[in-house]
Amino acid sequence: MIWEVELILYMFVIVAAIVALEVKDLLTAVVSLTIFSFTMALLFVAMGGIDVGFTEAVVGAGVTGILFIVALYQTTIRTND
Amino acid sequence: MTIWREVKIMYDFLLGHYSYWLTIILLCIGLYGIIFKKNLVKKTIGLTILQASVVLYWVSLGSKWGATVPVLDPAYPASDVANYLNPLPHTLMLTAIVVGVATLGVAFALLIATYNRYKTLDEDEILEQIQ
Repeated sequence: MIWEVELILYMFVIVAAIVALEVKDLLTAVVSLTIFSFTMALLFVAMGGIDVGFTEAVVGAGVTGILFIVALYQTTIRTND
Repeated sequence: MTIWREVKIMYDFLLGHYSYWLTIILLCIGLYGIIFKKNLVKKTIGLTILQASVVLYWVSLGSKWGATVPVLDPAYPASDVANYLNPLPHTLMLTAIVVGVATLGVAFALLIATYNRYKTLDEDEILEQIQ
């Protein structure tokens, strides 16, 4: 554990989460969520959970992003918030 | 003199648990997204953030200062527990991440079914059409 690295990654994670929720375009929100997941994987590796980090990078960032985009194209990108 | 010792203890408590406070902030952001956002995709994004923050809490619970990753190294004897991180939360959260993606797939199936029926993903518009 190196706490400086962790603190920077925490800031990235929180900013990416807020952007993912507050941005008006849903496609931008999904991209921001992918950034969130990748930074989260880095945070897991920094904390020593290497296997969790790998799984989060593959499943959390890759598969979740693809699922979100497929679902958006099956439905609608229009949003009010 | 004694009041300063109290302040020092409080300061150490706040700074020593910084990972927990930031995880709580992340959890609140996810909860805010679930409760206050009207678009169903935005609610799903909030759900993902909430789930990731819970996983983060468990992983931070398993880490400790001055320890290495739980892979056996002859230089660090395994008889001393302080040498290695606790791998139990890691294995549990590995399962939780995969199960979370499966749940997300079900959520998307429900989202697409909802859209095919009501032609919108806005919560208020769906409630209007139901009534």
